[in-house]
Amino acid sequence: MDSAFIIEKSVFIVAIFAVTMIMAMYSTWAERKVAAYLQDRVGPNRAGWGGLLQPLADGMKLFAKEEFFPNTPNRFLFIVGPAIAMSTALMTSAVMPWGDKLEIFGRTVILQATDIDVALLYVFGIISVGVYGIMIGGWASNNKFSLMSSVRAASQMVSYEIAMGLSIIALLMMTGTLSLKEIAAQQAGMNWNVFYQPVGFLIFLICAFAETNRTPFDLAECESELIGGYHTEYSSMKMGFYLFAEYANMFISSAILAVLYFGAYNYPGMQWMVDNVGVNAANILGIVVLFIKICFFIFFYMWIRWTIPRFRYDQLMHLGWKILIPLAIVNIMVTGICILVFK
Amino acid sequence: MSTAIQNISLSGKKKQVSNKEMTFLERMYLVAIVKGLWITIKHFFRKKATIHYPEQVREFSPVYRGRHMLKRDEQGRENCTACGLCALSCPAEAITMKAEERKKGEEHLYREEKYASIYEINMLRCIFCGLCEEACPKDAIYLTLSKELVPAQYDREDFIFGKDKLVMPLEMALKNTQLKNAN
Repeated sequence: MDSAFIIEKSVFIVAIFAVTMIMAMYSTWAERKVAAYLQDRVGPNRAGWGGLLQPLADGMKLFAKEEFFPNTPNRFLFIVGPAIAMSTALMTSAVMPWGDKLEIFGRTVILQATDIDVALLYVFGIISVGVYGIMIGGWASNNKFSLMSSVRAASQMVSYEIAMGLSIIALLMMTGTLSLKEIAAQQAGMNWNVFYQPVGFLIFLICAFAETNRTPFDLAECESELIGGYHTEYSSMKMGFYLFAEYANMFISSAILAVLYFGAYNYPGMQWMVDNVGVNAANILGIVVLFIKICFFIFFYMWIRWTIPRFRYDQLMHLGWKILIPLAIVNIMVTGICILVFK
Repeated sequence: MSTAIQNISLSGKKKQVSNKEMTFLERMYLVAIVKGLWITIKHFFRKKATIHYPEQVREFSPVYRGRHMLKRDEQGRENCTACGLCALSCPAEAITMKAEERKKGEEHLYREEKYASIYEINMLRCIFCGLCEEACPKDAIYLTLSKELVPAQYDREDFIFGKDKLVMPLEMALKNTQLKNAN
C-alpha cells in the first residue's frame, strides 16, 4: 500500500464527510423553504440571501443552548443515543459510488471510499443499527412519551426492513452482485433499474420513507401524540445531532435510491463524453448528475412530507405486513419467472 | 310540482354522500397521492401571500383609525379643556386626565381657561373605536391616519401615553396654519 493511496483515500473520505454534512445542513434549510413554498409562504429569508445562512444560525443557537439532562438513571446511554444516530447516518456513505473514476497525475482514482463486494448488505446493516440511536435515546430519557416513540420506531423499522430487503432481492436477482459499484456500472446509458423493477422501486421507496422516519411514517416523533417523540428530553447539540442525523439519513437514502434504481452517475451519452471529451470531464459531469438525482429525491422526500398526512399506527403496520411484504414476494416470483423466460 | 324536502338544495351545492366500497385502484391510494402531489406542486409555483413586513406595509383602509393626537389651534394653543367627556365615552376606560386652571401669561399655550395638565391614554386598553373623537366638544382629540403603530415595549407602564406623545407638535400646528393661510 503506497502513501499516495492513503492520501487519496483520506482526502476522499474527508470530502465525503464534508459533503454529507453540508448536504444535511442545507437540507434543513431546503426543508423549511420547500415547506413554506408549498404552503404559499416564503420561508426563512432574513439570515443571508434567501436565508442561506439560516443553518449556521441554527447551529450556533443549538451550541449555545443549555445542556439539559433529565432525571434519568442512565446518563451514559442518554449521551450515546444521538452519537449512534449520527455515526450510523454518516457511515453508510463509505460504500457509495459517487462516480466512476478520475485520472489524476496518472493515477486512476476510484470515486468510492471503499469498494467492498457486500456493499449493499453493509448499507442495510448500518441502517438497521441506526434504530438503536432512537431506541437507546428514547429509553434513557426516562419519559413515557420517549419510550412509546422508541417502541414505535423499533417495530416500524423491523417490519419495514423485511419488505425493503425483499424488494432488494428482486433487484439482486437481476444484477447478480451486491457491489454497489457494479450495480452502478451495469446501468450505463439509460439502462436504469427502475424500468425493469418498477414495483420493486415503489416498495423500496415506501420503505425508505419508513426507514428514515419521514412523513407519512414519522410516528416516532408525531408531535400531536408524543410531544417530540424520542428527542423530547434532548436539548442543545444532542438534539441537533438527532435532527442532523435525520437529514443525513435522508441524503444517504436518496443516494441509495439514485444508485440502485436511477442509474447512479450514468447519464445518456456518457460513453460518448468519455471517448470525445475525456475521462475526467465525463466523470465530473457524472458526479454532478448523481447529485442532481440525489437532490431531486431529497426534494421528493420534502414534497411528500408536506402533501401526505401521517398514518395511524395500525395502518402503518397493516401496510407493512399485509401489503408490502406479500407484494415484494410476488415481485420476486415474477422477476424470477421473467429471468427464466427472457434470458 | 312538489319536491320532497330532503331533495331541495337552495344553494345548489347539495351532494349526496355515499358509503360505497372503494375499488381496488382507489384502495391503493397511489392515484390519490399523485393528485395530492400535483396540488402541492402547483402551490410551489404560486404567488406567495406573504407581506414582507418591515419592507412592505399592508395597505390601510381609508377609514383607518390610527394613533391619537391632541390638537392645537391655528395659534398653536392646545384645544383640550379637560372636560372629561372623552374619558366618559371611552368604553375601554383607557383615558384619564387631570384638569388645571390656566394662569396668567399662559394664554399662548392653552385656548380655554381650563386645560389638562395630565392626559393619559393606556394603549393596551384602547380599542381605537373613535368614540372619544366623537364625544369631544372642542375638536381636541383625533384618531389620526398615522401608519405608525404602538411599538412593542417590555413594561406595561411604557404603554401609557402621556401628553408628550399625544399632543400635536407645535411645528406641525404652525405649518398647518401657514398652509391654511396660503390657500
